[in-house]
Amino acid sequence: MTTAPAQAGWRFRQPSVIPGFGLTLGFSLAYLTLIILIPLSGLIWRSASLGWADFWAIAGDRRTINALEISFGTAFLAAAVNVVFGTLVAWVLVRYRFPGRRIVDAMVDLPFALPTAVAGIALTTLYAPNGWIGKLLMPLGIKVAYTPLGIVVALVFIGLPFVVRTVQPIMEEIDKEVEEAAATLGASRFQIITRVLFPGLAPAIITGFSLAFARGVGEYGSVIFIAGNLPYKSEIAPLLIVIRLEEYNYPAATAIAAIMLALSFVMLLVVNLVQTWSRKRYG
Amino acid sequence: MADPEIKSYEPYHESRSAAVTESRPAQAVLMAIAFVFLGVFLLLPLIIVFHEALAKGIGAYTQALGEPDARSAIRLTLLVAAISVPLNVVFGISAAWAIAKFEFKGKAFLTTLIDLPFSVSPVISGLVYVLLFGAQGLLGEWLKAHGVQILFAVPGIVLATVFVTFPFVARELIPLMQEQGNGDEEAALSLGANGWQTFWYVTLPNVKWGLLYGVLLCNARAMGEFGAVSVVSGHIRGLTNTMPLHVEILYNEYNAVGAFAVASLLAELALVTLVLKTLLEMRYGAELAATRGH
Repeated sequence: MTTAPAQAGWRFRQPSVIPGFGLTLGFSLAYLTLIILIPLSGLIWRSASLGWADFWAIAGDRRTINALEISFGTAFLAAAVNVVFGTLVAWVLVRYRFPGRRIVDAMVDLPFALPTAVAGIALTTLYAPNGWIGKLLMPLGIKVAYTPLGIVVALVFIGLPFVVRTVQPIMEEIDKEVEEAAATLGASRFQIITRVLFPGLAPAIITGFSLAFARGVGEYGSVIFIAGNLPYKSEIAPLLIVIRLEEYNYPAATAIAAIMLALSFVMLLVVNLVQTWSRKRYG
Repeated sequence: MADPEIKSYEPYHESRSAAVTESRPAQAVLMAIAFVFLGVFLLLPLIIVFHEALAKGIGAYTQALGEPDARSAIRLTLLVAAISVPLNVVFGISAAWAIAKFEFKGKAFLTTLIDLPFSVSPVISGLVYVLLFGAQGLLGEWLKAHGVQILFAVPGIVLATVFVTFPFVARELIPLMQEQGNGDEEAALSLGANGWQTFWYVTLPNVKWGLLYGVLLCNARAMGEFGAVSVVSGHIRGLTNTMPLHVEILYNEYNAVGAFAVASLLAELALVTLVLKTLLEMRYGAELAATRGH
């Protein structure tokens, strides 16, 4: 920005008769800076002042690595489960008519509205060895509560609406004529779904996946009850941050948080690239 | 949601070619899978909350809710929501006005920044305030010297709650106000209204349902937030425990009835939120359409 505002080519904002630009933008920026930007840069500043040796000692710690693996691994699995079932639920809601459809549709948002701690104790009670579902799985030799599988169950609950709510509006917009055209040209229903419908839905499915995944990586409240929280086995990264904080080990807590932020950022970048690619590929 | 175009799909009769919809048995199987999945993952957790809360009868339930610690947790949760929701409403309106009514450089970047708290783990949202205000924090010494208590007290809980609920109102209002354009405001201004009058009598009535929608979601999250608040609260019983934190404490003490009784209040809040949200979408679906998807 080397030019003066008065100069013609560059303008900070388009002229408008509507008042209040300075006030609202000023207030918004000040509030954003105070609440979000300063605290977050405090975290970055803290982790940057650790020094490489200390940072790598924390990052290379077996417990940290395992916690990160568990967080990202279970979140990935749960998001994959949600892609399959979330897309199916969206399809049923958009294409089929049945009594109580609106109630089912509203229910999908339950994980957004139900506090995570409530979801956590409810799922743990259901999947505990003597719980309603745990009892049924016990004879099959499947243990859910207090294992990494329990983490996946909690994250499936948390992530479901992200997939359904991103895919659903795109499904509603699908032009039925495209399917009819494919059918008249002799395509089978399976071919229409995989070759005609899926390509159009792919970007939305990828977005839903990444939203569910990102939410799952950071999730804390619903997971800590069902996970069992065994170090190296079922301890998630956000919990390890809390444990380090309770030990007053601020550097470790900060470093783990910084790694999580960096990994999430890389993830979002990859998803954006995949999305651009899929838009180009499927037009 | 149920816009008229979708209705035109409705008659899935023989007149439609079988190839543009699944066969009847396939439909039945897909619906069955979807319902079983939703039943297991959404309905059962909701049912078990009330089942466990009432496991020892209604007497034990009301007694658990009448406990002084439970009552103080309820009071604190209401207080925190009563402070943080209005703060984010003021910010949401202000940000939406700046972003939707004007064209300026860096607008897309600002919109991205507003969504930032959604991509940060709640635990990290709490951690950033501990790093700022804690004993070893950047401002820790100064706060201690001046006797200001932020961490392990109400201000810290409010700050963490404001952080995690930051984007809710803004992200409902921005697309809505962008879609409505500036025509109404320009007309009001040309007729001699001043800025505030234009906002109160023209803009606010235009966006009131979207605003209510955002407030609803913001409030649900504010009252239910666990991770961020857990990090900054210090878990002082009867003093800095919000309802979700109190649920955790009771649950870890194997007081299932107590934990689920408090949890049932939060579940009721969630149900009320969902009902109101659905009613808003049914009534003002077209208006809110731009903001759907979250």
